[in-house]
Amino acid sequence: MTQSVDTNPDLPKPGYWPWYGIFCFLFLIGSQASGLLLSVPDRDMGHLQKIMYVHVPAAWIMSLTFVVVLYYSFRYLWKQQENDDLVAASAAEVGAAFCGLTLVLGMIWGKPTWGVWWTWDARLTSTLVLFLIMVSYLALRAFIDDPHRRAQWSAAVGILGAINVPIVYMSVKWWRTLHQVQSMPSTVDPMYVINLRLNAFAFLFLMIYFIRRRYEAARFERAAELAVQAAALGRR
Amino acid sequence: MSAHEDWRRVRAIVWKDLTTEGRSKAGFNSVAALGVTILVLFGFALGPDAQALRDAAAGALWLAVLFAGVLAFNRSYQVELESGALEPLLLYPGARWTIFVGKLFANLIFVGLMLVIVTLVGIVLFQVTIPPSWPKLIAVLALGTIGLVSLGTFYAAMASRSRAREVLLPLLLFPMLVPVLLAAMQASKVLLNGDMMHEAGAWMSMLMAYDVIFVVAPLLAFEHVIEV
Repeated sequence: MTQSVDTNPDLPKPGYWPWYGIFCFLFLIGSQASGLLLSVPDRDMGHLQKIMYVHVPAAWIMSLTFVVVLYYSFRYLWKQQENDDLVAASAAEVGAAFCGLTLVLGMIWGKPTWGVWWTWDARLTSTLVLFLIMVSYLALRAFIDDPHRRAQWSAAVGILGAINVPIVYMSVKWWRTLHQVQSMPSTVDPMYVINLRLNAFAFLFLMIYFIRRRYEAARFERAAELAVQAAALGRR
Repeated sequence: MSAHEDWRRVRAIVWKDLTTEGRSKAGFNSVAALGVTILVLFGFALGPDAQALRDAAAGALWLAVLFAGVLAFNRSYQVELESGALEPLLLYPGARWTIFVGKLFANLIFVGLMLVIVTLVGIVLFQVTIPPSWPKLIAVLALGTIGLVSLGTFYAAMASRSRAREVLLPLLLFPMLVPVLLAAMQASKVLLNGDMMHEAGAWMSMLMAYDVIFVVAPLLAFEHVIEV
């Protein structure tokens, strides 16, 4: 018997997630406003420094999505549950978006500060390579139709890609280095710390929300695929 | 399954892959010719200035081997897929990882031979003077090839069985190979320049560490990849 979306017990329910989404965006607006309006401009960089409130959290969250991909890829290989694969894929998509955001914001900051949009510095170059690895992971998924094969292969590619992250970083670091020491609450003036933390949490909430929504969409897509197959086989 | 049996399986795969290749030779000849062609094109891009050519020789050599090698990796599964021989190969008793190791050795020999030809042509075309530390240079070539071939053999197991394999393999492989290419290029470059600052050793350790990780990790992951 065909089940409508509302009654199929396997499909994710929205539950409180829409409310959580509204909370995320309100929190983001609040933390950004606090960063832009309340914090004092930097002595040397002026208002330019405020890119830090989006660039640094985006970079942190991007790294976190890599951990999520790694964890759920292993979990898939271990338990062979399709849902784990869909979470890993959703996290990779969100990670690619945050990685792209990190790169673009970094460039916007780099042009007035360093005088160039791009420089072959360790952190920049390895972030770019990470972005390419994430893109290739998503391309692999797009080119495979069989869901089991797609899940199995992308889990392997996800794990190898994640293993490579520190190696890429090390190798490029030996190759050349210019980037300032990364901004952590311990390396910046305490007056920026609160805003940096606020924005990091805003991005973290947003990441969870994006992964959840992307995961819901992936589950619906899979359910639709299965329904089409069932219909083709003559089952109602 | 004893270690002896596993080793026999590995040898059988190497023998099978190399015999298929040796009987036609078309694959090897065209891949080696492509490697040389890429070197010539790099020559055009870098101009006729002898010093500029010498400085870029190491990078050009590795990129030529990389671009030509990609074709070799897909080929090593292609022949089997076309004749429907991969399924029976998987049905044989014994551990699956031996298939990976067998293909890895066969591809190492294939790419290694191509590397010899491309390197010799490169030395002539790019007017490279052979440094006194040439044994180290050979070690760098060998270490770089192992990393390249191991990941290439692994990713080709997936890419060759997907749609759009021509674009998928380089897309997957090239970003993953950034560390090995960087290390191999830098080590070759400093060795060609005489290694005055003794940097080559650090890059070679990096290459070795990379090789260990990216031979072991695909070996463990291959079983999951080949069975579906």
